[in-house]
Amino acid sequence: MSTTHQKIEKNSILMLLLVIVVISIGGLVEAVPLFRTETVIEKVEGVRPYTPLELAGYNIYIREGCYGCHSQQIRPLRDEVERYGHYSLAAESMFDHPFQWGSKRTGPDLARVGGKYSDDWHKRHMINPRDVVPESIMPGYAFMENRAADLSKSAKNLKALRIVGVPYSDEMIENAHRDAIAQASAEGEDAGLVARYGEKVTIRDFDGDPEFVSELDAMIAYLQVLGTMVDFSTYKGK
Amino acid sequence: MTTNANTIQYNDHVIRLFTIAAVFWGVVGFLVGVFLALQMAFPVLNLGEYLSFGRLRPLHTSAVVFAFGGCVLFATSYHVVQRTCETPLWGNRLAIFTFWGYQLFIVIAAVGYVFGITQGKEYAEPEWYADLWLAVVWVTYLVIFLMTLRNRKEPHIYVANWFYLAFIITVAILHIFNNLNVPVEMTAAKSYPVWSGVQGAMIQWWYGHNAVGFFLTAGFLGIMYYFIPKRANRPVYSYRLSILHFWSLIFIYIWAGPHHLHYTALPDWAQTLGMTFSIILWMPSWGGMINGVMTLSGAWHKLREDPVLQFMIVALAFYGMSTFEGPLMSIKEVNALSHYTDWTIGHVHSGALGWVAFISFGAIYCLVPPLWNKQDMYSRKLITLHLWISTTGIVLYITAMWIAGIMQGLMWRSYDEMGFLEYSFAEVVNQMFPYYIIRALGGVLFLIGALIMAYNVRKTITCGKDAV
Repeated sequence: MSTTHQKIEKNSILMLLLVIVVISIGGLVEAVPLFRTETVIEKVEGVRPYTPLELAGYNIYIREGCYGCHSQQIRPLRDEVERYGHYSLAAESMFDHPFQWGSKRTGPDLARVGGKYSDDWHKRHMINPRDVVPESIMPGYAFMENRAADLSKSAKNLKALRIVGVPYSDEMIENAHRDAIAQASAEGEDAGLVARYGEKVTIRDFDGDPEFVSELDAMIAYLQVLGTMVDFSTYKGK
Repeated sequence: MTTNANTIQYNDHVIRLFTIAAVFWGVVGFLVGVFLALQMAFPVLNLGEYLSFGRLRPLHTSAVVFAFGGCVLFATSYHVVQRTCETPLWGNRLAIFTFWGYQLFIVIAAVGYVFGITQGKEYAEPEWYADLWLAVVWVTYLVIFLMTLRNRKEPHIYVANWFYLAFIITVAILHIFNNLNVPVEMTAAKSYPVWSGVQGAMIQWWYGHNAVGFFLTAGFLGIMYYFIPKRANRPVYSYRLSILHFWSLIFIYIWAGPHHLHYTALPDWAQTLGMTFSIILWMPSWGGMINGVMTLSGAWHKLREDPVLQFMIVALAFYGMSTFEGPLMSIKEVNALSHYTDWTIGHVHSGALGWVAFISFGAIYCLVPPLWNKQDMYSRKLITLHLWISTTGIVLYITAMWIAGIMQGLMWRSYDEMGFLEYSFAEVVNQMFPYYIIRALGGVLFLIGALIMAYNVRKTITCGKDAV
């Protein structure tokens, strides 16, 4: 061993190349097969790209580093399925750039938080978590209530996501800004939005302030859609 | 190694800069860590938008891993490669560029976090423009290191340099492939990664775990392979073990990423591969630890007298412990309990504080006197004080997190006699308070230790006895 190794340790370029070969193998074997997506991502009904308003919420979620304390990945273990709902499917995060599975549960998993609490609960919780959960150690985000969500670049955001593979149509991109505002409208309906994102899309004034679309509107719209896209009453599994 | 010291003009200037930066960033990183620990005990300390836990957490991880750890690696690798190759550093100006370029990267990233600019991937939070800048600095680093190796007067490349070389090139590859992003527009900070969902998770943790494996392990093993033999004035215990250690470690580490994704939507075969290689990884890890500790063969008395050697040997003890704990936690059944809990946080810190920081402190204490042409550190007693305060801090930290983590895991899966979940999530949070306090106390002790080191380093530079 030592004599053969002499050759390597006397040649810096040879050593460099061998290191590259040795460290490439594991990564290639583990990552490349995952791009045969038909073997990795289940075919399920219902998973759609985020609406522009939900996307704005998703971006706030990332901005605030929520993933540091909340996972979005329910494991197929008895207690998790009972506590949080059906285990997470690969398809459910296929449009998340980046994925938000997380690694720590200082707070609970959020993969299926959508629909579990009322908008009003979320509003109060985001402003001061201890008002609704006395034991909570989450930071409060009161500033979101009075700050307008940044929707001016909605179309550009959708476009960038289309480049990385999220199937936003031309029509979705064209109407991105309009759709973002329409989803937070107190009217509760919008034909264009439904036509583009489906019947299940929730349209309402999320934060109880119809005057303008706040960051809190976007955040709650995002939280309320989490885990609700797949209908598990009809999902049959693999 | 010392024979030609008088005739070769080594570039020590850049090493001095990186050493001071390492001490500075260490203190900053530990301080932010203590603040975060207190925020978890007292949420009222989330002082508004810019100082909330979510925004400060990446500041803490980046400050300790990339700023503190990175500066230590730059300083020691530039030191070691010159001495073991008996040649000055190639590209003096470029080396200075890597210093300022790297500091600029740290500042750009840190300022971004506070303002909420992040990619949203753990340990890879800096946005695309910071990533591009880092890539430029890092490739320069690789070129400097490689060219210095090529200029060597010694026929053999010393083992510490193998580890540094593997660390530098692998980190470059990890960084580039995990940060392939499409900016929303060229004038905007925001970008979207090309990878999503399962593929994104796999690539992120391939990156994430090998940030541990190569940044926090291979690089610091380079420190071990140079500074322990140097300090003990003994040759490395086994040359054959070094070869085996090096190639097996770098080959096996790269496979371990999926153990961060047990029971997720990642296909089972990948999880099993990740677990298998993580368990195998125990062997080269301990092989390296044994090679380091046994280097003291025949010089054990030095361990009694020299607090700097004590730092480095305690570092190896923590390395041994956390590289046993890691494979244990990568077993799926154990991971089912430990994942998502504070046990993981404890594990990370026994590695980061016990291994990475301690071997770094040892290296800093070795480097400072010769860099400023002094006989020795200003105070040996303060080194000993640093060692024991910090060790106590780590023990408090990791035991608190073991208890907290295992308690979380058990309470989450606990059922009452009717077969219902026994505890709500909030009830479990409520139980954490005393352990979060103990953890914060451990962090404070560790921070005090680092401040003692900073004082000692300063006094050495300003009023240490000059070497003759």
